[in-house]
Amino acid sequence: MQRLRVRYAKRGRLRFTSHRDISRAVERAVRRAEVPVAFSAGFSPHPKISYVGAAAPTGVASEAEYLEISVTRQCDPGRLKAALDGSLPPGLDVLDVVEAGSGSLADRLECSAWELRLPGADPALAAVAVARFNAAERIEVERLTKKGMRRFDAREAVLSLTTAEGSGTTAGQATSQSCVILRMVVRHATPAVRPDDVLTGLRLVADFAPPSPPEVTRLAQGPLDVRTGGPVDPFDLDRDTSRGGETGPAGEHVDGDL
Amino acid sequence: MSVESQPVESLFPRLEALLPKVSKPIQYVGGELNSTVKDWDEATVRWALMYPDAYEVGLPNQGVQILYEILNEMPETLAERTYAVWPDLEALMRAEGVPQFTVDAHRPVRAFDVLGVSFSTELGYTNMLTALDLAGIPLEAADRGDDDPIVLAGGHAAFNPEPIADFLDAAVLGDGEQIAIAITEVIREWKAEGSPGGRDGLLMRLAESGGVYVPKFYDVDYHPDGRIRRVAPNRSGVPWRVHKHTVMDLDEWPYPKKPLVPLAETVHERFSVEIFRGCTRGCRFCQAGMITRPVRERSITTIGDMVEAGVKASGFNEVGLLSLSSADHSEIGDVAKGLADRYEGTNTSLSLPSTRVDAFNIDLANEFSRNGRRSGLTFAPEGGSERMRKVINKMVTEEDLIRTVTTAYTQGWRQVKLYFMCGLPTEEDADVLGIADLARKVIQAGREATGSRDIRCTVSIGGFVPKPHTPFQWAAQADHETVDRRLKALKDTLRGDKEYGRAIGMRYHDGKPSIVEGLLSRGDRRVGAVIRAVWQDGGRFDGWSEHFSFQRWMDAAAKVGVDVDWYTTREREENEVLPWDHLDAGLDREWLWQDWQDAINDVEVEDCRWTPCYDCGVCPSMGTEIQIGPTGRKLLPLTVV
Repeated sequence: MQRLRVRYAKRGRLRFTSHRDISRAVERAVRRAEVPVAFSAGFSPHPKISYVGAAAPTGVASEAEYLEISVTRQCDPGRLKAALDGSLPPGLDVLDVVEAGSGSLADRLECSAWELRLPGADPALAAVAVARFNAAERIEVERLTKKGMRRFDAREAVLSLTTAEGSGTTAGQATSQSCVILRMVVRHATPAVRPDDVLTGLRLVADFAPPSPPEVTRLAQGPLDVRTGGPVDPFDLDRDTSRGGETGPAGEHVDGDL
Repeated sequence: MSVESQPVESLFPRLEALLPKVSKPIQYVGGELNSTVKDWDEATVRWALMYPDAYEVGLPNQGVQILYEILNEMPETLAERTYAVWPDLEALMRAEGVPQFTVDAHRPVRAFDVLGVSFSTELGYTNMLTALDLAGIPLEAADRGDDDPIVLAGGHAAFNPEPIADFLDAAVLGDGEQIAIAITEVIREWKAEGSPGGRDGLLMRLAESGGVYVPKFYDVDYHPDGRIRRVAPNRSGVPWRVHKHTVMDLDEWPYPKKPLVPLAETVHERFSVEIFRGCTRGCRFCQAGMITRPVRERSITTIGDMVEAGVKASGFNEVGLLSLSSADHSEIGDVAKGLADRYEGTNTSLSLPSTRVDAFNIDLANEFSRNGRRSGLTFAPEGGSERMRKVINKMVTEEDLIRTVTTAYTQGWRQVKLYFMCGLPTEEDADVLGIADLARKVIQAGREATGSRDIRCTVSIGGFVPKPHTPFQWAAQADHETVDRRLKALKDTLRGDKEYGRAIGMRYHDGKPSIVEGLLSRGDRRVGAVIRAVWQDGGRFDGWSEHFSFQRWMDAAAKVGVDVDWYTTREREENEVLPWDHLDAGLDREWLWQDWQDAINDVEVEDCRWTPCYDCGVCPSMGTEIQIGPTGRKLLPLTVV
C-alpha cells in the first residue's frame, strides 16, 4: 500500500462545484484512469481517498486543494498526475503529486492565502475599510453554519490583509472593468474564518459593500512561513527525504503502468 | 426556426453573474463528461431537448440521453439539453432578463428549431410553461410565429397530450429513436426549400406522415353533457388516427453509448442499460406495460458490450439493468453471471431495479451483490389481498412472496421493501388492511427462517391513478378522502401491532396529489386552462411535495369552471369517446374493454410470451412481433490489455 498526496485546482466554471461534487468526480476519474485505488474493507467498500483541510466553499475557486489517495501497488507520482488530470474535467486540474512522507498533511495546512476580486468596488473606500479592519483588535461577525447561526471573531485569524487595484474580465461583465483586489492570509482556526467573513467584517467596520458578488480564489495553503508571512508548499517536507520522508524504495515502479 | 441572420451567443457570462446567488449552481454550468457542443452555424437542424424537472432528476433520464446522442451523431444536426430551473434562479433570470438556456453551450432555447420535451409524468406540465415563458416563446401554439421553435412532446405522458394540446405544436407517441431522425430530415428539407408555407407548412408535412400528432389540425366537439362527441381532422391530408412508433431491433440502437456523467449529484448515479423494452405481464394498472408492447429484448452480447463501453466511458461504479421487469429477460441468469464474472474484484455493482417476486431467484440476487454493495430487495405485490391482485392481474401469490422473502432473509438480507397501491378499482378497506397481514407474515417467516428478530420490512404505498390506454381507463378513481381513510386504518393497524409493528415501516403519500395526476392523465383540452391558471398562480415543480399545492389546483379548476370529480372519480361508459381515442397505441379498444370486464370479475390473463396470443391488438396493427431469446450465447471474459 502506497499513499500519494495530490494538489489540485478548481477553476472557472468548476468553482461552482461543491465538495461532494468534487469527491464524486474524483472517484469516477480514478476509475476511468484505472488508478489501482485501495478500497476500505467491510459491507460497503469505499475507495480510500481522503480530502485534507477545509474545502474551498462552493463558488470559490482554488489553486490549492489537497487530497490523499491510497493505492494497492506502487505508482509513479508523475504518471498518476498525468492520468488523473487527463480523466478529470477541465477546470478540475491536478497540479502536483508526491508520495506521502511522514507526518500528517492536515497538520501542515496552517494557513491559506486568498485573493478576492471585487468588480466595480471603490478603491478609496476599500483602502479605508482595510485600514480600519487592520486597526481593530476584534471584529465579531455572524454566519449561518450547519450548527445554526454562529458568532465569532473574524479579526484575529487574519494575519495580513492588503488592497490593490486591478482589472480583469469578471463574471457578468462583458468588458473588463476596474476592480479592487483584496489579498489576505488567514490562519486556519475553529470556527474557520472564510473570505466572506472578512467581507462581513469590512462592512461592519466601514460600511464597505462591493456592488456585485466577489470572485474569490484560494491561492495557496500550507505551513506559515514567519519570514514571508504566508504559506509555503506543504509538499516540501515530502520531497525532502533527508528529513525523514518514508518514500518507497526506488526502482519499484512498474514500467508502462501507473 | 431560428432567424438565421442573428448571431447566437452564449448566455453564460450573464448567467454566471447570477450563479453565486442560487442553490446548487453547478447544475446550470454544463460541461458534463461526454456532453457535446457542436458548431451552431454548421448545423441546419437544431434541437433543444428538455426534461421538465430539476437537473438532478432530468439528467439521468434515458430518453433524453438517447435522443441527445443520436441527434448529435447526425451530420448538420445539433442537440442541446435544457432543464427546469429552480424558482430561485427563475426569479433572478426574470429580474435580469436572462432567457431559458441550454446547459451545453448556454444558447437561448428560442433560437432552436425544435424544443422537444420529454414527459415521463404529467406533473411536469407547469414546468414546461415556465420554460416557454422564460424562453420568450408564446405559451399557446396559436400565438407562435415563424421565429419560434416547434414545441414537441414525447414520453409516456404524450400518449394523452390533450391537456397540453394548446401549448404544443406537435406530439410523438412511442420510441423516439427513428422518428427523431425522420422529423429532423423533414425539417431540413423544408428549410432547404425556403420554408414553404411557414410554420403551418412544416407542421402539415409532419402531420401527413401519420407519425406526428399536430393537435391544432384536429377539432374536438362536445355533447351538451360535457362528454366528447367527436375528434376529427379539420383539414384534408391529416390522418384520422396517429400511430405510435416502435423500434424493432434494440441491438441496432445501442444507446446511450457515452453516458453523461454530471458533476452535480443526481437521483441515479449509475450507468443504465435497457435490457428489454415492453412488457406483456398484463398488469392492468400499468400504462408503461400497455403502451410499450411488444417485448423486444436486447441480446446478451449487446448488453455486455454496452456495459463494457459505458463503464469505461463514465467511471460509474454501478450498472443498472433497466426494463419494466428485468428478471424476465430470457437470459437474465447468464447476463448476471457474465457481468459479475467480468467485474469480479472491481467494486462494480449491478442493480436490477424492477424485479417480480415470481421471477426472482436467489442465485440471481447473489450474482448481483457479488462485486458491490448488497442493497435492499424490493418487490411490488401492488395489491394487499389475493382478490385485489387478481383484479389488477398482478399474478403473484402470497406463497410466492413468502417463499421469496424467506430465501432472501436466509441468505443474509435483513431488509425487504414491498410496493403497494391504494385506491384500486373495486378495492375495499379489507384489501388495504391485507397489506398489514402480508407484512406480518413476511416478518414472521423471516424470523422463523433466521432465528433472528433483526428482520425488517418496509411497505411503500402509492395512490392509484387510472391511465389512458389501459383497461382501467374507464375506471372511477378513488377520491382522496377514501384513500386517506384506508391509509390511516392501515397505519393504525401496524402501529397497534405489538408483535410485528416495530419491524414494519410504512411509507406513503396522502391521496391529494393522485387526484391532480388523475385530472392531468385523463383530461381533455379543457384541462389546459387549469394548468395555465395554476402556473399563473405560481405553480411549479408539481412532482415535489414541498412545491405542490392541492389547493392551488382546486382553486384554479374552480376558477376556469372545470369539474375535477367529473374527470377523476367518474366511471366512463364503454361507448364514451375518450380524449385519446384518436391516438393509437396499437391496443384494440374492444380487448381493453374486455380486460376491464375481466378485472371486475377477478379473471386473470397470462403473459403472451409463454402462452398463446390473447389478441391485445398491438402486433398486427403495428406490424411488430415479440422478440425474445434465448440466443444461447454467453459473455466472455474481458480481454486484459
